[in-house]
Amino acid sequence: MIDQIFVELKHWLMGLAPGQFEPIVSGLLSVAALILVFASLFALTTVLERKGLGRIQNRYGPNRVGPFGLLQPAADGLKTLTKEDIVPYSADGMVHFLAPLVLLVPAFLALAVLPMGRNMTMVELDAGVLFFFAAGAATELSVFMAGWSSRNKYSLLGAMRAIAQMISYEVPLILAAVPAIMTAGSLSTDAVVAAQAGYSGWLPHWYVLTPWGLAGFGLFMIAGAAESNRAPFDLPEGESEIIAGYYTEYSGFKFALFFLGEYIGMFAVSGLAITLFLGGWQAPVPFLQWIPSYLWFFAKLLGLILVFIWVRGTLPRLRMDQLMAFAWKFMLPMALVDLFVAGLWRFIPGGLARWLICLVLVAGSYVLLARGLASNSGVHKRSYRYAE
Amino acid sequence: MTPLHGYLFVAALLFAIGFAGAVTRRNAIVVLIGIELMLNAANLNFIAFWRFGPHPDELTGIVFVLFSIAVAAAEAAVGLALIISVYRHYKTTNVDRIDSMRG
Amino acid sequence: MTAVFIILSLVTVASAIAAMTLRNLVHCALSLAVTFAGLAALYLQLNAQFVGFAQILVYVGAVAILIVFAILLTRGSEPPAEAIFSSKWFVGVAVASVVFAVIAAAVLSSRALPSESASMPSASVRQLGDELMTRYILPLEVLGLLLTAALIGAVILALRETANEQSGGAK
Repeated sequence: MIDQIFVELKHWLMGLAPGQFEPIVSGLLSVAALILVFASLFALTTVLERKGLGRIQNRYGPNRVGPFGLLQPAADGLKTLTKEDIVPYSADGMVHFLAPLVLLVPAFLALAVLPMGRNMTMVELDAGVLFFFAAGAATELSVFMAGWSSRNKYSLLGAMRAIAQMISYEVPLILAAVPAIMTAGSLSTDAVVAAQAGYSGWLPHWYVLTPWGLAGFGLFMIAGAAESNRAPFDLPEGESEIIAGYYTEYSGFKFALFFLGEYIGMFAVSGLAITLFLGGWQAPVPFLQWIPSYLWFFAKLLGLILVFIWVRGTLPRLRMDQLMAFAWKFMLPMALVDLFVAGLWRFIPGGLARWLICLVLVAGSYVLLARGLASNSGVHKRSYRYAE
Repeated sequence: MTPLHGYLFVAALLFAIGFAGAVTRRNAIVVLIGIELMLNAANLNFIAFWRFGPHPDELTGIVFVLFSIAVAAAEAAVGLALIISVYRHYKTTNVDRIDSMRG
Repeated sequence: MTAVFIILSLVTVASAIAAMTLRNLVHCALSLAVTFAGLAALYLQLNAQFVGFAQILVYVGAVAILIVFAILLTRGSEPPAEAIFSSKWFVGVAVASVVFAVIAAAVLSSRALPSESASMPSASVRQLGDELMTRYILPLEVLGLLLTAALIGAVILALRETANEQSGGAK
């Protein structure tokens, strides 16, 4: 009953509208709910990130505004709204103005196919996962628009690097998602979540608890971090590298829109990882199923966001050539091996043999590929130079 | 004027625009853009005929368009690589200047 | 003809005209991306979902970016010094108008076109997968070969020939 409370609320509100407006009212209600929820999640994430990073770096985060600094997003929002919007004189006005919009709209569109609870997918598409990847691909054009329209060499350089990175990591992203789609047998996100239903004893049938699912989940999260320009893949926007990369010349509200678009991209990728590998809105153990499904989805989403923040505070930034070598020489072969192992998992009958063969294949190829990648970079015995 | 006529007109218009651009513009890359427009117009034709045609359950139109999209992407990649290597030699992308057979 | 179709076709045709007539090359490429997106919306209107999403994924996500990179690599982002249209542009436009007139006349006078609009067909992804794997398996494999050949060819074509230049200069 609590589980379906939002669905019932929406149906009641739709009943209040006159007959022929029902599709429009239904669409508007879903869109409003989505934007409200994810914008507040964005605000919460900015505070969590700054405090989390602060704690990892052995300092407090923001703690002046509100209890434990929790009202910091309000202060940030007020600041960005009232800042002067500076557009460079020689910048290309129309393209400069449209770039944040072209980033935001596909990012929000991608959230539409995520199942956030039982019967709570905003749009039920037959090819939902393909729609998600298409929306992700459309954001790359905005990066170029932002970098080029600023008429700034460094912005253009940052944009080129960002696009090269996004295109390179799109291939392992899609390939890592394919085994889950293959095993579920459908491109629809609802079908993938439904295929992970059921429990054997206390363990759920989530795809992350299989060898190929674990490797696929890891690959998907790494590629997703690279797609949303998140550390350690944030070379295109690293502050110590290239000022702010492709959004150097943006100030005030447009910068906030870029920030929002990037975080919404991160939420969307985490949401799809939850849908494909972590069982969507399902509870991990059978006796916890009384907790509403949307609470489980957002708890898992928060967990993945915290993992992203943790990785950002821990790992150093990857250099451009290291980034590209990692994508093409490690992640792509690993994703292909994962696809093969997922096929084997389907056809070998269940039991110890299946687990052993698949684990050995995944772990073995990981070790071999990692050795291959490490030997190429020419890491020699470390020699120290002291100031003598 | 059925909806099918509307879609076929739009496809014909796109084809004519792409053709005009491919034939009149001087920059090699814009010629390639025109070619892509012509390919897309043909794809729209196929999908329109799939939707309003007699045998939509055979999916012929959709499969044809999928292959056409893939082939067009491959052709765009090779064409642009050609334009880049021609630019390296002639230092221009103006098709009127690339007029000698001698390297 | 519904209002949605008219708006979508107007946007598509307007951005196609912009892509062919604008002076700035990067604006041409961006209008082309808008045209592709408009076409994807038209495919969705015709209930061809898979093709619509594939159009955005391939054309907007890859081909448009490829064109933009090529423009930047060939210094096309500066304003061109000479005229952008060739000197005999009216011949091209005339031939294009004749092409459009012929196709439009053929469409209007054809008796083979179905006159009543059929019910909305649906192509589920499962059906598409079945067809691709049984009836069209040979074109699919050939397409894989073609894409590999195009990939290798494009890389080789665009590779800098430093060895040749060095050996040619030394002589």
